Amino acid sequence: MIGVLSYLVFFATMASILAIAVLGLNLQWGNTGLFNGGVAAFFGMGAYVTLILGGLPQPDRLGGFALPYLLALLGGGAGAGLLAWVVGRCTLHLRHDYLAIATFGIAITFENVARNASWLTGGAQGLRGFEKPLQDTFGAGLSYNAGFLAFVLCVLALVYLFLERLVASPFGRLLRGIREDETAARSLGKAPARIRLTAFVTGAVILGLSGGLFATFYGFVSPQDVLPILTFQIWAMLIVGGSGNNLGAIIGTVLVWAAWTLSGWALSRFAPLDMQLYTGSIQYILIGSVIVAMLFWRPQGLFPERLLISRPARSRGTTSGQTGSTDT
Amino acid sequence: MIQSLLDGILVGAIYSLGAIGLTMVMHMLRFANFSHAELLSVGAYCALVFDRLFEGLLPVIANNIGPLSLTWALLLAMLVSMGVTGLTAMAIDRLIFRRVRERGVPQSMVFASFGVALVIRNVIGLIFGLSPTFYSNDIAFAMILSQDPLILVKPDQVFVLIAALICMGILHLVLSRTTFGYALRAVAENPSLAQVNGIRLKAIIAAVWLIGGGLAAAAGVLYGLTNQITPLMGNDLLLPVFAATIAGGIGSVYGAVAGGFLVGIAANLAMLVVPSGYSPSFPFLIILVVLMVRPNGLLGEERT
Repeated sequence: MIGVLSYLVFFATMASILAIAVLGLNLQWGNTGLFNGGVAAFFGMGAYVTLILGGLPQPDRLGGFALPYLLALLGGGAGAGLLAWVVGRCTLHLRHDYLAIATFGIAITFENVARNASWLTGGAQGLRGFEKPLQDTFGAGLSYNAGFLAFVLCVLALVYLFLERLVASPFGRLLRGIREDETAARSLGKAPARIRLTAFVTGAVILGLSGGLFATFYGFVSPQDVLPILTFQIWAMLIVGGSGNNLGAIIGTVLVWAAWTLSGWALSRFAPLDMQLYTGSIQYILIGSVIVAMLFWRPQGLFPERLLISRPARSRGTTSGQTGSTDT
Repeated sequence: MIQSLLDGILVGAIYSLGAIGLTMVMHMLRFANFSHAELLSVGAYCALVFDRLFEGLLPVIANNIGPLSLTWALLLAMLVSMGVTGLTAMAIDRLIFRRVRERGVPQSMVFASFGVALVIRNVIGLIFGLSPTFYSNDIAFAMILSQDPLILVKPDQVFVLIAALICMGILHLVLSRTTFGYALRAVAENPSLAQVNGIRLKAIIAAVWLIGGGLAAAAGVLYGLTNQITPLMGNDLLLPVFAATIAGGIGSVYGAVAGGFLVGIAANLAMLVVPSGYSPSFPFLIILVVLMVRPNGLLGEERT
């Protein structure tokens, strides 16, 4: 019984952490139409910076500043935002292909640097020497993990509420306006490149927070955690859930994460011994197929974006008898 | 220094071949095709299969050509593989990209290609295994071009350069001397106007995939000849090929050739000052520098 409970806590924690990342990607892709091919880099930046800022001092490498935990986590988000700002500054005023290629490039570069710059990142062995916050108060084991789950759920709720407010705000309308018709937005005196950069950096900060929570959960991060497959998983979650719909993104995360863990368990349990080496490949093919199949079958996702009717338009609609117009 | 320059030129030729197909597809269909580099893996493994097949059928042609580790069988297999990979590229377009295209959301193409790349890479891994293989297990000895400074070149590398240049030469003649080449350039310039003049858009798009796939296969075989063949080679080569495409300017075939050599040489020269572990990061730096200095590439034109 305890075993099942611990597993459920583990599953829910991972799903919630990933859901935060999917929400960040949803702001970039779902609401603004920016293709981020390097989710793993921003996630990883958050993870590494959190551990470097919050970890204990180490003799053989820089870092381990032992900052208070929340400060370290925010630092992780800020690090990811900074990375996004650099990439965005170079590419967001150009044709959209460039952002896709540059973000893909940053993911490869990030993993490469994490693997090689051992004076900062611990190299291939990863980053150790991080003590989970409040371990003294909650002790180890299930009680601690349940407490951490509650914390992650709080962060998830905060991010969700923040994004819902953002999407409903004039700024959210502006994002969708730029996504749908950049020229029209420009003609109204808006600066698409700057606004896209704001949305891209904000999304990256959320991705970074998610990475920071992931690193906290394990108390450890290595280049194995920022492999390109992470980018594919988070994309599949968003596409299954429905890009543009925050609640759909969260549900998509739970569905895909459940399918991923279940398929991993089934393969390790039932696949013949000589095929065990290839279970990873089979799971990757499944993720790739999910992405392509969703494009054919239901490109808007299981929970499509709700077309918002702006409040003034709705009230005008009721007073003058119009049926209402969408603002997207 | 000279050795790095030489190595850069040799590997640059492979990037060029990959970038030509990518730049044509990106220009004509207007999306960043993340699955293009997987065609290099498809080509390399396809040639491996035909190479073993030909050697089995006709042991006579299993002899090496001169000082090369390349056999006649492999040369033949490479040509077959170029055709098969071109047809594969066409089939992928027909099965997946065309359907996504006809649904009309342009950005969907990018992540359709993202998913396709992941599927192709892992299917190859499932079929051929995850460990690296080689066309030939012989050790290729390098020729000493000069003693001081020491400059070494493998005969295979010279073959790679020559073969790549031949492929580019043929493409140049086709593009500049034939009606088909004019039609292709017309579509790239203005698709609707070209259609008004009786050019069949679908046929041209199919031809672009055929050519791009064929050249990618050549690049894959040549890379496999001088390095190793792994299911991950497409993944490793994707960023340098993208960098070559951007450096040359999206849509410019000659730019892609120049970009390939530029990326190869720059990455090899950079290794003189930076530890070689960082070499996968160089193409990304090149992309950033190009986008900051000359966003449309060396020979590209501005287009939104």
